[in-house]
Amino acid sequence: MPDINIIFKIAGVGILISILNMVLKQADKEEQAQMLTLVGVVVVLLLVIQLIQRLFHDVRAVFGL
Amino acid sequence: MPPFFRLSLRKGEKAMDLGIFLGITLLAVTFLSLLRQTRPELAVLLSAAAGVIIFLRLIGPLQELVRTFEYLAAQAQINLVYLQTVFRVMGVAYLTGFTAQICRDAGEGALALKLEMAGKVIILFLAVPVLVAILETVLRML
Repeated sequence: MPDINIIFKIAGVGILISILNMVLKQADKEEQAQMLTLVGVVVVLLLVIQLIQRLFHDVRAVFGL
Repeated sequence: MPPFFRLSLRKGEKAMDLGIFLGITLLAVTFLSLLRQTRPELAVLLSAAAGVIIFLRLIGPLQELVRTFEYLAAQAQINLVYLQTVFRVMGVAYLTGFTAQICRDAGEGALALKLEMAGKVIILFLAVPVLVAILETVLRML
């Protein structure tokens, strides 16, 4: 099930970043926390973009678009 | 039955397994409820990913259905152009509906509406040859 792993990956990244964000906020490092959020979004976006690209390609192939 | 239609993709595996869709959805909902409050930007991406995975798993059976309909049309000697138009309209509707739903999920209802508008215009554009064919037939009958 290579597809379902992506759900776990996204959820894992989200939970990890939430925890790290809390730690950084406690240590008064707001800017680093902001950067970390941005990095997390970019990493997850890269995962999802590949998936969406595959979907669009497959749908176009099936329906002859 | 058409020769290419397979009810199971591999031995012992059903082509349409309902359990996997239920599992993916419940899994995504569980993680979404965790992420929705703390990281809404990742929640949008997670729900989009879950939607894409469900769609990707539906693509295989959908292709079988499309090929079956093409086979039936060939048997009935219907012009394949009309059937292809129907399938193209279906594809545009699926893709725009899917993307608009992601937009709504991110709270951008206005953008979703515009995307659906674009989809409708493209569908109308694709349907023009069929419309012209119908009108030409009617005119010939008069």
